[in-house]
Amino acid sequence: MTNNEPMVWAEGVMKSFGSLQVLKGIDLVVDRGQVVCLIGPSGSGKSTFLRCINNLETIDGGWLSVDGELVGYNREGDCLIELREKEAAARRAHIGMVFQHFNLFAHKTALKNVMEGPVAVRRMKKDAARDLAMDLLDRVGLKDKADVFPNRLSGGQQQRVAIARALAMEPKLILFDEPTSALDPELVGEVLQVMRDLAKGGMTMVVVTHEMAFAREVADTVVFMDGGVVVEQGSPKEVLSAPKMARTQDFLQSVG
Amino acid sequence: MTTVNKEAPRHPSPGAGKRSERESLKIVRRTSYGRLAADTALALFVFGLIWMSATNPNFQWDVVFKYLTSAIILKGLWTTIELTVISMVLGTIIGVFLALMMLSEDRWLRSFVAAYKWLFRGTPLLVQLIFWFNISALYPEIDVGLPGGETLFTLSGNAITPFMAALLGLALHESAYMAEIIRGGILAVGQGQSEAATAIGMRRLQVYWRITLPQALRVIVPATGNQVILMLKTTSLVSVIALPELLYSAQTIYARTFEVIPLLIVASIWYLTICSLLSVGQYFLEHKLGRGFRSTN
Repeated sequence: MTNNEPMVWAEGVMKSFGSLQVLKGIDLVVDRGQVVCLIGPSGSGKSTFLRCINNLETIDGGWLSVDGELVGYNREGDCLIELREKEAAARRAHIGMVFQHFNLFAHKTALKNVMEGPVAVRRMKKDAARDLAMDLLDRVGLKDKADVFPNRLSGGQQQRVAIARALAMEPKLILFDEPTSALDPELVGEVLQVMRDLAKGGMTMVVVTHEMAFAREVADTVVFMDGGVVVEQGSPKEVLSAPKMARTQDFLQSVG
Repeated sequence: MTTVNKEAPRHPSPGAGKRSERESLKIVRRTSYGRLAADTALALFVFGLIWMSATNPNFQWDVVFKYLTSAIILKGLWTTIELTVISMVLGTIIGVFLALMMLSEDRWLRSFVAAYKWLFRGTPLLVQLIFWFNISALYPEIDVGLPGGETLFTLSGNAITPFMAALLGLALHESAYMAEIIRGGILAVGQGQSEAATAIGMRRLQVYWRITLPQALRVIVPATGNQVILMLKTTSLVSVIALPELLYSAQTIYARTFEVIPLLIVASIWYLTICSLLSVGQYFLEHKLGRGFRSTN
């Protein structure tokens, strides 16, 4: 079933932690096959917004849908009814997520990490899941590390396994939360290369990142956030090379 | 480099001689005379102890060996093992529920567990055991049903056998400690693990069962192993309610024969044997659970 709605559609999304309002009305549209990079200073709410998209954080106000389905809620008339846990989990399964600190399952080998979603959530047969996982590990260049536990992998390798784990769910959309921030400088390239390939393959991606060169090269849209709002968005050229807003200019100058 | 040292200096210096000689010099370690003296003293002391116990006829080693595998002792030993296993299993199951309640966002559930722990950790186990044994004085009959509603069925307080009283006491007391151990284990698993599992679409129970719990076990198992060993010895307390476990069985014999020391040794030998077996089992279990967390897998 294809529909014409954007992959991610956010209008006036709000989120507070206690009395601290982190998101103050985010508007953002991500079209199918697009790569959107979220940039901004720490504390600007970009990671929180990303976590809202797959309902790891529930929103307090506004509208947020992925592929035409509301995130975390069902609409009944004028009300948004919180989803049952089962439905919430089912919707999440179609949205991949890659974390800053990889979060590979520490008690499972690389192969088992990738198999976990297909087996536990998609109810695939073990053999089929193993074949799928091997293919994906091959795709991220780690076929030979299939039986290695995460603590024996480098950061870059761990992150590539994490990407394979997300791909194993055949997601419509992958969210990247600062995927290279925890890596040693010489390992950043291998992860970005995998992400570049994904983008070329037509995957819809929302990437929180500090890698300006990557954003310039791969992103269709760059979104600059600060203080819980979107300050400026547009093509990489517009936002990164010729920012209109003073806050964007300041930030880009400080990042260098 | 060798050319530099071709001429030996007049006074021997650390760098004297040819390179090949310098490389093959023998290293001499110093002997620690203090340690040697301490070891000797210790050896003498231990030897003295063994000698004393072996030659003192009051130990009555022949009596020890006579009773070590007697039917009454073995039956007591079996009861001790039963008590240990069942009360640990029950205590752990109740402990899991208590731990999940402690981690709940509902503060009434958390308060209940706080009160539970306060009660069962704050009173001596010995008191609890005697209390359960005498529960019929408090409730001659126990009606099971909703408060104020219809009675579903009735238990007679007298139906509480010493074995049940012992199990109740040991299991409830243990559950308060196990709850704390299990909660600690669950908290030791980083939040990123459950987040990653949630993000691939697992449901909350799946996350617990497939991701959190297996990793929590790595922390829970060693502590639980200690609890099992502790429990094995703690079961000897139930001798006060005349339940013939290992210690009480030994007591019934020496009450008759007055061979107190040999029979206490018999009981001790069995306690030590089971403890040793448990320790070995614990080692292998920990080794298996540690996969993915050691520097060599």
